[in-house]
Amino acid sequence: MSSVKNNVVYMDNNATTSVAPEVVEEMMPFLTEFYGNPSSMYSFAGKVGEALKLARKRVADLLGAEPEEITFTSCGTESDSTALLSALQTYPEKRRIVTTRVEHPAVKNLCDSLDTLTGHKHRITRLKVDDQGVLDMAEYEAALTDDTAIVSVMWANNETGVIFPIAKMAKMAKDRGILFHTDAVQAVGKVPINLKELDVDFLSLSGHKLHAPKGVGVLYVKRGTIFTPFLTGGHQERGRRAGTENVASIVGLGKACELAALKMEDENSRVRKLRDKLEAGLLASIPNSLLNGHKTDRLPNTCNISFEYVEGEAILLHMNRYNICASSGSACTSGSLEPSHVLRAMGVPFTAAHGSIRFSLSVYNTEEEVDFVLEKMPAIIESLRQMSPFWKG
Amino acid sequence: MWEYTDKVQEHFLNPRNVGEVEKISGTGDVGSLACGDALKLTITVDDKNVITDAKFKTFGCASAIASSSALTEMVKGMTLDQAEKITNEDIADFLGGLPKEKMHCSVMGREALEAAIADYRGLVLPMAEGEIVCECFGVTDIEVRRAIQESSLRSVEEITNFTKAGGGCGKCEDKLRAILQETVSEVTTTKLKELKPKRMTTLQKIKKIEEVLEREVRPGLRKDGGDIELVDVDGDFVMVTLLGQCKSCAKSQTTIKEYVEKKLRELVLESLIVEDANS
Repeated sequence: MSSVKNNVVYMDNNATTSVAPEVVEEMMPFLTEFYGNPSSMYSFAGKVGEALKLARKRVADLLGAEPEEITFTSCGTESDSTALLSALQTYPEKRRIVTTRVEHPAVKNLCDSLDTLTGHKHRITRLKVDDQGVLDMAEYEAALTDDTAIVSVMWANNETGVIFPIAKMAKMAKDRGILFHTDAVQAVGKVPINLKELDVDFLSLSGHKLHAPKGVGVLYVKRGTIFTPFLTGGHQERGRRAGTENVASIVGLGKACELAALKMEDENSRVRKLRDKLEAGLLASIPNSLLNGHKTDRLPNTCNISFEYVEGEAILLHMNRYNICASSGSACTSGSLEPSHVLRAMGVPFTAAHGSIRFSLSVYNTEEEVDFVLEKMPAIIESLRQMSPFWKG
Repeated sequence: MWEYTDKVQEHFLNPRNVGEVEKISGTGDVGSLACGDALKLTITVDDKNVITDAKFKTFGCASAIASSSALTEMVKGMTLDQAEKITNEDIADFLGGLPKEKMHCSVMGREALEAAIADYRGLVLPMAEGEIVCECFGVTDIEVRRAIQESSLRSVEEITNFTKAGGGCGKCEDKLRAILQETVSEVTTTKLKELKPKRMTTLQKIKKIEEVLEREVRPGLRKDGGDIELVDVDGDFVMVTLLGQCKSCAKSQTTIKEYVEKKLRELVLESLIVEDANS
């Protein structure tokens, strides 16, 4: 019997992450002693301003960007909305957005509601994915029409971890004079990003996906890209995002970005190995289990597996008895009546889509934890299958 | 995370009566389109019409499994007449309640019981008649047609979402497409007769729009001290200007889209797009 040190085996890091202890430590003074408003004139508020400056530099360094290209927001969703709405105001005569069928709701549902939001009719091109979750570049090229204002394609998919060819896609958009936004919420900190070398105009990231607290995000806007703010009011963030800065969280995000750069190597070697072990082990020990998503073009931490003929919520609740935390693309876990739009776009049949479990690791996971999960999962799936009228095993 | 009662959790983690009864008197095989779940209930009925045994097999979430387990516990020892009176509320109550989004799990339980009793009595429930289209999920053409009509389904994908048909191996997709075309054309021919003429000249459109604005829209706007003027009609694009109080109202965009456009689409032409002439 393998043992786990910590009570909880947390493998749901694409949902949110634990706040790193170093991040908490860095934040604390700004929740206690240094409560000044960075806009104020006295010197102890000046210290707050300096801390923001350092945080901005640290975020920029992780992304290969310049500090003035970084705007702090409240979350990834705000960053996404800001980028898309800004682009539509830059090109009022262009009413088309090119995106994918597997975007996060932050982009997907925004596109759905643009017409009522802006009072104008928009055309949305949603690119298909194949059964591996991969885009068709020929379809993308054909979609880049003259009436396209902006392309919005996620860097990596939150459910499957599949990575899209952002460098190439951004270049293709730029060649056609079209703005390019990427929701990189799942990619930042997990894969190297160097925006200096890319034709990306807007990039969104979210603090709580990389061991900073919830409630802070970033919108990167490439120097020279025309920008219209989403929130107007005070002069904060050089007029790009009004509202008093969430100082402590921004400081925490800066620290988290510094840590992410240091741990990138670990993420891509050790965490990848743990993920691969977990994945290979589950696929080998549990019959009728299928990997969702491309085998190699994928985040190093994510593994999405469907267990046929059983339902995801039931699996998760059994896992919960052992304090194993993951998530599912099943309909029942979300309260919606349909299983994950990502898996459906990939053509994963219902028999498998309802039984999909996403394991997403972090640098804090250990081999003992992977062994523990590998030990518990086969019996959980087997017990539910014994109950399933579709299981003929 | 769902808030399940202790009893739901207990029945989910330690389900009673899993499997199939030895002597099958009746079988109820139902699948719910709502949550990707299915339940196969088997019952043994003695010569006094008493259910002496009941077992289940369920594919589904915690509340589906708990509802199935509860159902088998409830019906054992009941006469058929008593069992027939069980409602889905009874099943939910037995479990100390279910989240409202999960009530369909208890509905599935009641349906399975109805189906098992009907099977024992040699009756056929209307849904079970017809020809099986999707073998993976055992969905009949009648169920598919009913779903298409009731929920205005317009693609095979939607049929799959609502009935699960086509969601397994996918071999029945062509059959589903054929049923869809048949059903939709039946519906549209009946509808077309009562519908407004499909093609309108611009002049007809303008007249009709003015008429609807006058009759349906203006009275409401005038009550708030506003008014509306038709500026231009270009194809499907209808340009309007709000006047008076409405002009400066912060909700003018919403008024145009949610109120004016809706009315015109409903009463003139579905493809109309109403825009503010000043924006």
